[in-house]
Amino acid sequence: MQVELRGITKRFGEIVANDSIDLTIREGEVLGLLGENGAGKSTLMNVLCGLYSPDAGEILINGEPTVFRGPADAIQAGIGMVHQHFMLVPVFSVTENVVLGVEPTGLLDHLDLEKGRREVREINEAYGLHVDPDGLIETLPVGVQQRVEIIKVLFRSADVLILDEPTAVLTPQEVEEFFQIIDYLRDAGKALVFITHKLNEILEISDRISVLRRGKIVGEGDPAELTRPKLAEMMVGRPVTFDVAKAPVDPGPVLLDVQDLTVLRDNDEIAVDQVSLNVRSGEIVGIAGVQGNGQSALIETLTGLRRAAHGTVRFDGHDITRVSVRKRHTMGIAHIPEDRQRAGLIGKFSVAENMVLNNYYSSRFSSGPQVNWSTVHKSTARAVQDFDVRTPSVFEPVAHLSGGNQQKLVVARELSREARLIIAGQPTRGLDVGSIEYIHERLIESREQGCGVLLISSELDEIMALADRILVMFKGHVVAEYDTAEGPVNKSSIGLAMAGAAL
Amino acid sequence: MSMTTEEPTSETAAPRIDTGRNRQARTNGVILLALAALAALVFAPDSSGIATFRLSRPTDAIPLSDLAVPAELSIQIAAALLAFLGVRQFLRGGARWTSVSLGLGLLIAVAAFLVWATAGKAFSLTGMLQATLVRAMPIALGGLAGVLCERVAVINIAIEGMLLAGAFTGALVGSLLGGIGGLAAAVGIGGLFGFILAALVVTYRMDQIIAGVVINLFVLGLTSYVSSQIFQEHRFLNNAPVFRAIKIPILGDIPVIGPVFFQQNIFVYGAIVMVVVATYYLFHTRMGLRARAVGEHPRAADTLGVNVYRTRYINVTLGGMVAGFGGAWFTLGSVGRFDEGMTGGRGFIGLAAMIFGRWHPVGAFCAALVFGFADSLQQKLALLGVPIPSEFLAMAPYVATIIVVAGLVGRARPPAADGKPYVKE
Ligand SMILES: Nc1ncnc2c1ncn2[C@@H]1O[C@H](COP(=O)(O)OP(=O)(O)OP(=O)(O)O)[C@@H](O)[C@H]1O
Ligand SMILES: [Mg+2]
Repeated sequence: MQVELRGITKRFGEIVANDSIDLTIREGEVLGLLGENGAGKSTLMNVLCGLYSPDAGEILINGEPTVFRGPADAIQAGIGMVHQHFMLVPVFSVTENVVLGVEPTGLLDHLDLEKGRREVREINEAYGLHVDPDGLIETLPVGVQQRVEIIKVLFRSADVLILDEPTAVLTPQEVEEFFQIIDYLRDAGKALVFITHKLNEILEISDRISVLRRGKIVGEGDPAELTRPKLAEMMVGRPVTFDVAKAPVDPGPVLLDVQDLTVLRDNDEIAVDQVSLNVRSGEIVGIAGVQGNGQSALIETLTGLRRAAHGTVRFDGHDITRVSVRKRHTMGIAHIPEDRQRAGLIGKFSVAENMVLNNYYSSRFSSGPQVNWSTVHKSTARAVQDFDVRTPSVFEPVAHLSGGNQQKLVVARELSREARLIIAGQPTRGLDVGSIEYIHERLIESREQGCGVLLISSELDEIMALADRILVMFKGHVVAEYDTAEGPVNKSSIGLAMAGAAL
Repeated sequence: MSMTTEEPTSETAAPRIDTGRNRQARTNGVILLALAALAALVFAPDSSGIATFRLSRPTDAIPLSDLAVPAELSIQIAAALLAFLGVRQFLRGGARWTSVSLGLGLLIAVAAFLVWATAGKAFSLTGMLQATLVRAMPIALGGLAGVLCERVAVINIAIEGMLLAGAFTGALVGSLLGGIGGLAAAVGIGGLFGFILAALVVTYRMDQIIAGVVINLFVLGLTSYVSSQIFQEHRFLNNAPVFRAIKIPILGDIPVIGPVFFQQNIFVYGAIVMVVVATYYLFHTRMGLRARAVGEHPRAADTLGVNVYRTRYINVTLGGMVAGFGGAWFTLGSVGRFDEGMTGGRGFIGLAAMIFGRWHPVGAFCAALVFGFADSLQQKLALLGVPIPSEFLAMAPYVATIIVVAGLVGRARPPAADGKPYVKE
C-alpha cells in the first residue's frame, strides 16, 4: 500500500502548523520524520490518521484521493497511529484496550474477550512482542505499554503504522527491542513512519528521511549519505554542537543533604530505600537509572510533593523534611518536574500565567493581593524569547503548544528564577537537538554561578555529558557512585549498574 | 529486561516506617475502642431484662420461634469484642484486615444498640429487614442512575430532580391511566431529563454541577407549584393506585429470607433486575466497554472511532430512565400520592451509595442497603419508644451517609475523566 500526502495545509488560528506538505509513504519501508519542536510533525500525522481535517490538500491511497471524516475512516483505510502521549485506558486490561472500537462480539452484544485474547497472542507470536493479554495497563512498564499500542494498530490490520516519538520514554534496552519489532514489521511489508528527536536512532532504523521545519519540508535524504551534524543543521537551520564545554569548577559547601531517606509509593511499596546523598554548590550530580527505580519518588520528596517515611532532607543547613512546597520555592529550590503535563503546567492557563505559577506572589509580580499583569507579560515575553519557546503570544493556552515547547516553558520558568538548587527531572525529554543544546548550556551556566544541580535522567548520554558526580539508582537504592574528577567514567560500567549488576 | 539480580535485602536495618495503612489501622482502632466504651458505659448499664427479636409472623408457612437474649450480658460481650478488635489494630500486623475489622465492629455496635433499644420489649427483626429493602430502593435506583452516568464521566447531580419528576409524573399519569401507565410515564420523564442534562453538558458544555442544580431547582419548583395549586383542587389527579407486594411461590415461604426478598413489589424486583442487567451491560458487552472507555479516557476512545458524544447521550438518558423508575417508587410504590419535595434528598444519598459502592451497580445496591437499614431502623426505633428525640432519629440515614463517605470509602477511584467535558481537536 502506498500513501501520498499532497499539499497538506493545516492552520490553528494564526499558526500554520503544516504548510502545503508533500510526503510519500511506501510499504516495506521506514520513513524517518525529523523536525524541531513545533515543526508540525504531530499535526501532520494527526491529519493522516483522521483526527484533524486538513484545510487544504489531499490524501491519496494507492493513487485514490480519500477523505477521512474521523479516525474510524483512517483505521478502515488501514492507517494506524501510536500517539506521542499514549492513548491507553489505564484501568483496562491489554486485551480490552486492543479490542476497543472493533470488539469481537457474540449473542446479546456479549464481549468475546477470549477471541480477542487469542488474537493478541497470535500477533505477539507473529512479531515477537511478548505482551501478557491480561496485564492491567497501569501496572505495565512504558515499554510494554508501547507494544500494546502497536498491537492495537496491528489488530486493526493496519498496513501503515505511524509512530510518534515512540522512543522518547524507552530505556536503551527497550529501544533495542523496539527496533527489532520495527524490523519485523518492515519485513512483513508494513509501511512505517517513525518520528524522533534522536538523530542516531533515525539514522539507524530508517530507509528514508524527511526533515520538517516551521511547517515545511526542508530536506529529504538517504540515511546512508547523512550524518548527525548534517541532519541537525537541516533541522535547526544552524550548526549544532553536540559536546557541551564544561569548565572545571571547585564545588562549594553542601547545599542539599539527604540522610537515610525512605519514601513509599501510594500503595505503600518502598520506592526509595534509605538513600543518602548530597549536592554541593557549583556541582551537577546526576542520578542515572532505568525508570521506575525510585527516582521519581525521590524527586517528589525533595520538592515536597510526597512525604518522607523516614530520614531527613536538609537544604543549606535547614531541615526541610516537612517544609511546604511554597517555602521550598522561596528558599531557592527550583524544580523541573518529570511529567510536565501532570506536575508542571496547567493546560488551560496562558503561557504568561504558567510562567508565574510559583512566584506570582513575589514582590516582583504583585503588590499586595494584586498581581501586576503587565509586568508578568513583559517578563514572560522576555523569557519566552530567551528560551526560544515557540508560541504565537504569551496569551496562548499552554495546551496548544507542541510537546517540546511546553517543556521549554517549564525550563524557562525554573531557570529564570533566582534559585540555588535546581532539581531537574528528565529536563530534555522530547526536545530537539537545538533545544537540548540550549538547556544543557543553561544548566552548566547555573552551575558556574554556584548553583547546585540534581539531574535525574534515564538518558545516559545526558548524565555523562553534564554530571560531575554520577549516582546510579536501582530498586530504590544507590548502587554505584562515580566521580568524574577521578578520571573518565566507563559508560558500560554505569549501564551494568543500572541493570542491577553492581550488587 | 532480563535481570537476574535479586532484590537487595535490608531487613536487618529496616527503619520502622509509618505507612498509610498503619495510620488507617490506628484510626480504625480508635473508632472501635470508642464504640466499645459507648457500649460498655452507656448502653449496658441502661439495659435490663430480655430483648426479644421476632423472626416470623404466626401466619407464616414455617413459623420460627423468637430470639430472646439477656440484654445487659450480650451488650457486655459486644463491648468486649469491640475492645478486642480495637486493641488488635495497635498491635504488630494489626494493619491486616483493618477494614474488615472496622466493618465487623460496626455491625457488632449496631447489634448492641438494637439490643439496648429492645431490652425488655419485643421487636420484629424480619419486619425491619423487609423495610430495609423497601426503603433502600429509591437510593439503589438513584445510585444505579449515578453509576450509568459517571461511568461515561458525566456527574449527575440531577438525580434528586429526576426522582422527584418520576414521583410526580407517576402520581399524575397513574391517577389517570393506572399504575402501568404511570410507571411508563415516570420512566419516560426521567429519560427526558437525562437527555436534557446530556444536551446541556455534552453539546453545550455547561458546567455539570450547575446543569444538575438547574434541573433540580426546576423540577422542585414546578412540581411544588402544581401539587399545591392544582392537586389541591382536583384531588382525583393525585390519587394513583399502588403496586402491591407479589409473593413469589415457594421462595416466598422460606423463613426470614422469603419475606425480605420474595414478598416485595415490582420496584424491588425491578431494581434487582436492573442491577443485574446494568452489570452485564457495563462489564460484559461491547457497548459497556465503550462506555467505560469514554469515562476513563475519552480521547483514546475517540481515536479508536468510538463516538464519545453519542455514548454519553445514551448512558445519561438511560440513567435518567432508571432514576425516573426509582422516583415512581415514592408514589406508585408506597403512598399513591405526591407531596412537595417528597424525595427528601434520596437522590443525593444515591450518589453517596454510588461512591461507597465504587461505581459498580452491585456495590451501589449493597451500599443502598446500608442506608436503607439506617432509614428503617430510625422508623422502627421511633415505634419502640427509645429515649432519643425523633428529630435525631430521623437524621440517621444522613449521618450514616456522612460516616460512610468520609470514613469508610477510603481510596475509591472515580472514572478518570469524571466531570470533564470532552472537546474534540
Ligand atoms: N490544538 C492546537 N491548537 C493550536 N495550536 C496548535 C494545536 N496543536 C498544535 N498547535 C501548534 O502547531 C504547531 C505544530 O505543533 P506539533 O504538535 O505538530 O509540533 P511537533 O512537530 O509535533 O513538535 P514536538 O516535537 O515538540 O512534539 C505548534 O506551533 C503548536 O503550537
Ligand atoms: Mg509532537
